[in-house]
Amino acid sequence: MRHTKLFLAAALLGAPLAFSQDTVIRGGTVLTVTEGTLSPGEVLIRDGKIAEVGTGVTVPEGAEVVDAAGRFVMPGIIDAHSHIAAESINEGSVAVSSMTGTGDVVDPYDINIYRELAGGVTTSNILHGSANPIGGLNVIIKHRWGADAAGLVLEGAPPGIKFALGENPKRSRGMPAGVERRYPATRMGVVDVIRQAFIEAEAYRQEIADYDAATARGERVLPPRRDMKLEPLVEILEGTRLVHAHCYRQDEILQLLRVAEEFGFRIATLQHVLEGYKVANEIAAHGAGASTFSDWWAYKVEAYDAIPHNAALMTERGILVSINSDSAEEARHLNQEAAKTVKWGGMSEEEALKMITINPAIQLGIDDKVGSIEAGKDADLAIFDRHPLSTYAVNQMTFVDGEMLFSRERDLAMREAMASERAELEAKLAEGDDAGRGPGRRGPRRGPREGVRR
Amino acid sequence: MTRVGRNAFGIALALTGASGFAAAQEEESWVIRNARIHTLVEGAAPIESGSILIRDGRIVEIGDDVAAPAGAAVIDAAGMDVYPGMMDSVSQLGLTEIGAISATVDTVELGEMNPHLRAATAIHPSSEHLPVARANGITHAVVAPGRLGGFGGGGAGISGQASIVHLDGWTVEEMDIDASAGMVLTWPTLSTRSFNLATFSMDRRSVREAKEEYDRQVAELGEVLDAARRYAAAGEAGARERDIRLAALGPVVGGEMPLLILAQGEREIRGAVEFTREQGVRMILLGGSEAWKVKELLVENGVPVILGPTQRLPEEEDEAYDQPFTTPGELHDAGVTVAFATFGSSNSRLLPYEAGHAVGYGLPQEAAIRAITAVPAQLFGLAEDFGTLEEGKVANLIVVNGDPLEIRTQVEHVFVNGVPVSLDNRHQSLYEKYRARPEREH
Repeated sequence: MRHTKLFLAAALLGAPLAFSQDTVIRGGTVLTVTEGTLSPGEVLIRDGKIAEVGTGVTVPEGAEVVDAAGRFVMPGIIDAHSHIAAESINEGSVAVSSMTGTGDVVDPYDINIYRELAGGVTTSNILHGSANPIGGLNVIIKHRWGADAAGLVLEGAPPGIKFALGENPKRSRGMPAGVERRYPATRMGVVDVIRQAFIEAEAYRQEIADYDAATARGERVLPPRRDMKLEPLVEILEGTRLVHAHCYRQDEILQLLRVAEEFGFRIATLQHVLEGYKVANEIAAHGAGASTFSDWWAYKVEAYDAIPHNAALMTERGILVSINSDSAEEARHLNQEAAKTVKWGGMSEEEALKMITINPAIQLGIDDKVGSIEAGKDADLAIFDRHPLSTYAVNQMTFVDGEMLFSRERDLAMREAMASERAELEAKLAEGDDAGRGPGRRGPRRGPREGVRR
Repeated sequence: MTRVGRNAFGIALALTGASGFAAAQEEESWVIRNARIHTLVEGAAPIESGSILIRDGRIVEIGDDVAAPAGAAVIDAAGMDVYPGMMDSVSQLGLTEIGAISATVDTVELGEMNPHLRAATAIHPSSEHLPVARANGITHAVVAPGRLGGFGGGGAGISGQASIVHLDGWTVEEMDIDASAGMVLTWPTLSTRSFNLATFSMDRRSVREAKEEYDRQVAELGEVLDAARRYAAAGEAGARERDIRLAALGPVVGGEMPLLILAQGEREIRGAVEFTREQGVRMILLGGSEAWKVKELLVENGVPVILGPTQRLPEEEDEAYDQPFTTPGELHDAGVTVAFATFGSSNSRLLPYEAGHAVGYGLPQEAAIRAITAVPAQLFGLAEDFGTLEEGKVANLIVVNGDPLEIRTQVEHVFVNGVPVSLDNRHQSLYEKYRARPEREH
């Protein structure tokens, strides 16, 4: 009996659909995001990828069929600003912490990976904190619940880095008694720190170039000492590392754009960018993307001019905009956050859905893999019971790389199985039977997560 | 303020017409026509195409066929829906402007025993948060002092009296609905860990120590209520010495004013229910993250719950991922009276979505709407004047182009205290200002 239950629990938790097997999701409304809406439409999944999308897709023999009648199939949600699955990721002791990175501390056991999966999120950009004008490196994860730390990382995503402007890097809220203040303490100082760092990075790049030239000439010279702080900055100068800059006020946004232009690189995304609507012309001209949250305001001075129309207004001016969470809670209903751009600012429903799918994918440089329902892309999908922009919509299933890693039905069944197992154990305990309680009589140690590891 | 006082205010307001739009419009009346009217009167179906006549701050007539008096302003609401105005049943509207700037925050007074303090004395009528909430259909709100969301284990005690206000008015007196609507009590938590702000680290202590402190705090609360009873008795017997703290607790021990008890954990909720039962005082539970674990207890003791935000994380790692979403439906099914609140200020406009989110997870849609209109009005003894659309009630109502719990729905008109209020606010003006900025020429 007990073994049956264990098996059941493991099956419910893990039970990946075998890779070799095709899956067809049919009968539902397919919101491809980039290629219109099919109602009803089918999505054929093969080897973790979307093999075919359309109406009247032939169901291959032996394929698993997921009935999505009355439901809405959308691309897995992408969160361009997250701090889950990592701990202690705000190295604030130095003003430039580019030698650190969130990829070093990925925690595959963070329950928020699963909770967000349940909300339809399949990809998250895990950013360093905002204590430094130039912060640590990022890592982009897929919500492959059950995988180990390395297994979560999205392969082939362009590397990125966090910058931060304004109140947080200048540490406006003060430090506990006894902690020394750290430069910078003003927005002027923030700009200075960034400029100084890139002056150093340029010199370092020149050192490397000189060395390469010398060795090419056949000279025997010492290589430059490797500098882990400057290496990522050289990559920024080379255009191979994306800058994701936390910012609020229009003045600091503009200054960052100008510093980047001075050193010849482009800011990939302005994060939060709550006053982005004030300098939308300049952001558009620079070519930066904007990733904002929908409607938080007034929690600090630099958030006092935040308006919920920000995303819409920036979009109107030609900026590529995404809606992010910056919160393990908010990430659970990014579909609702996107709906707020329809309410405030009059975005179309298509445009709103793009803000949590293809737009963040483009911003993160991963739109060749994820962000829409197109043949050839990863089979990352969420299936809602209503249109996902409805307040009442509940996500029923989430697929990552073609595997159904969340199913509401399965989650509910698992709860029941665990509750009855618990009841059974408690009943045994109440019987006063201590046969199973002595040391050495315990079964193999087993945590709730073990069953989901692949 | 007592009910008599409140009514007196209503009359005064009608006579002076002091509120925003109403200046020099004393005699004006409004008729909303052709609307689908959701009265929310229990058992009543919506009026498919009806009219509402509003005069002197009140709903004068409501029905299929209402004649517009001469001079009445007519709002054609064809294709739109009318609902009672939404009530945020616990907020800090007007008490805080910018969270990080203490100079703008008047939510928490020093000391653990402040029953004599009233939110209404510090509500800032010009707060930018009020018109922001109003523009999304929140017409009135309970404003509660205290650390409602706070972190760390501290903050237990009585933080003062919650006040109910209209979200419009030149002064707080004009906004007043009930300045002393409930006594806010943050229930002590039995916690072995507390955050030490001085060292920025967690302090730990033994369970025994924590239990001793918890018991002491609960005993002290009991002693304070006993003292309030003795004070009231002494006053009746002619004693003249004044103690405004104990006087403020008079209505609580007299059963006229509810204790609004903020408690999240099962143990704390049980403790609070037991305490109020023993003390014979009325309790409304605020927060109630783990209320789903004590449904029967709440039903047996007739304790209603004003739930904290639906959109929050589960309390424990092994709790169901959707527990905060299903809690409202579970409580409703069990027969617990449920209302929603934001417990905030800048986010008060999100009240309908806190309710709406619970609908996907089992709370009937009608119950969700009632939980932000009729139910809180009943909880605070305002059902005679608020909560449903009925003749004679205060005209706090909204005209919307669909289901107000749906994010994509727009709020078209808002009436507060019988007059249409502007839907403009800081956000709308900034939007319009910067939308008008010329496009850059390339």
